[in-house]
Amino acid sequence: MPDAYRKTLIRQISQHAHSEIVGMLPEANWITRAPSLTRKVALLAKVQDEAGHGLYLYSSCETLGIERDDTIEDLHSGKAKYSSIFNYPTLTWADIGAIGWLVDGAAIMNQVPLCRCSYGPYSRAMIRVCKEESFHQRQGFSIMLKMANGTAEQKRMAQDAINRWWWPALKMFGPSDSDSEHSAQSMKWKIKRFSNDELRQRFLDMTVPQCHLLGCEVPDPDLKFNESTGHWEMGEIDWEEFWNVVKGKGKCNRQRLKARKGAYDKGEWVRDAALAYAEKKRQRKAASVAA
Amino acid sequence: MSNKKNWPLWEVFVRSKAGLNHRHSGSLHAADAEMALEMARDVYTRRSEGVSIWVVESKSIKASDPDNKDSLFEPANDKIYRHPTFYDLPDEVKHM
Repeated sequence: MPDAYRKTLIRQISQHAHSEIVGMLPEANWITRAPSLTRKVALLAKVQDEAGHGLYLYSSCETLGIERDDTIEDLHSGKAKYSSIFNYPTLTWADIGAIGWLVDGAAIMNQVPLCRCSYGPYSRAMIRVCKEESFHQRQGFSIMLKMANGTAEQKRMAQDAINRWWWPALKMFGPSDSDSEHSAQSMKWKIKRFSNDELRQRFLDMTVPQCHLLGCEVPDPDLKFNESTGHWEMGEIDWEEFWNVVKGKGKCNRQRLKARKGAYDKGEWVRDAALAYAEKKRQRKAASVAA
Repeated sequence: MSNKKNWPLWEVFVRSKAGLNHRHSGSLHAADAEMALEMARDVYTRRSEGVSIWVVESKSIKASDPDNKDSLFEPANDKIYRHPTFYDLPDEVKHM
């Protein structure tokens, strides 16, 4: 395997794995505050799925000859990134709806083509992930539907969540093709099958009618439908804001990383104890066989 | 690389229903076989994907070397007489 290809995959897959794990944080915030038991078990299941997705991805990354601990160390030192979308706060229950619908929707749009990428272990992990994520998007949209058809206050919360998540979701596809550092090479290697702008356009065409169906407004004054192309056209993306969040100046960057590091450090004694216990059991078994 | 001792890596095989064979699902880290089984249940069978799980420590698996692919598998390619279609029979012969 060419070394540059291997390195690119390690970078991409490990960052994808980190995103799944960090992505649990904004949602976990609402598990104990879910409005009903049904919503609560669904959200729990979704967050549990994200942990699983992180694990599939770390495993597939390990097939490239890097240890999981090393990739996690890179996350904690700031050397490796995770998706910037998780650096925004979840202020109300409607945010959980907007995340499932918009954020998972954008993630699915990004991940479906990866099911056919050139590296087998990555593509197999993606197939599993995509299967599970369609539930995530539906549970999100179902929350939005409920709130958009609820009381005036609930409706206001739904619109407010859309206002805050719409643009960050569109930015999840990454910089414009002309400004994307790794795109061209990844396309050549067939890790990436469609360009950032292509996927963003597909997402826009799919999502605008869904927003209208909710009876909510798309927070883009320049949004218009082009009759001749059959596509929606959006206003300018604020890339300066995007790069600021990537560089660590988002609302929750520090909080997220602190939570991840804290969980890892506080879990250290558990990992050590489990290993010590396994060793003790092994020795006991060996002794009883010898006796 | 850190010098710390980590939980070993396990390969997980899941039988999706009785009568079918176990198939490789993926891998995970666990302190021992019992823990690997419990974690495999949580990670790979959350949606009723299986009725039985095997876990095998990854280091116990000996894999063929991809570089030896030709010398290992090429010899089978010219032995077409191992396939039933190699033998021409008259149309009158039934049930064969």
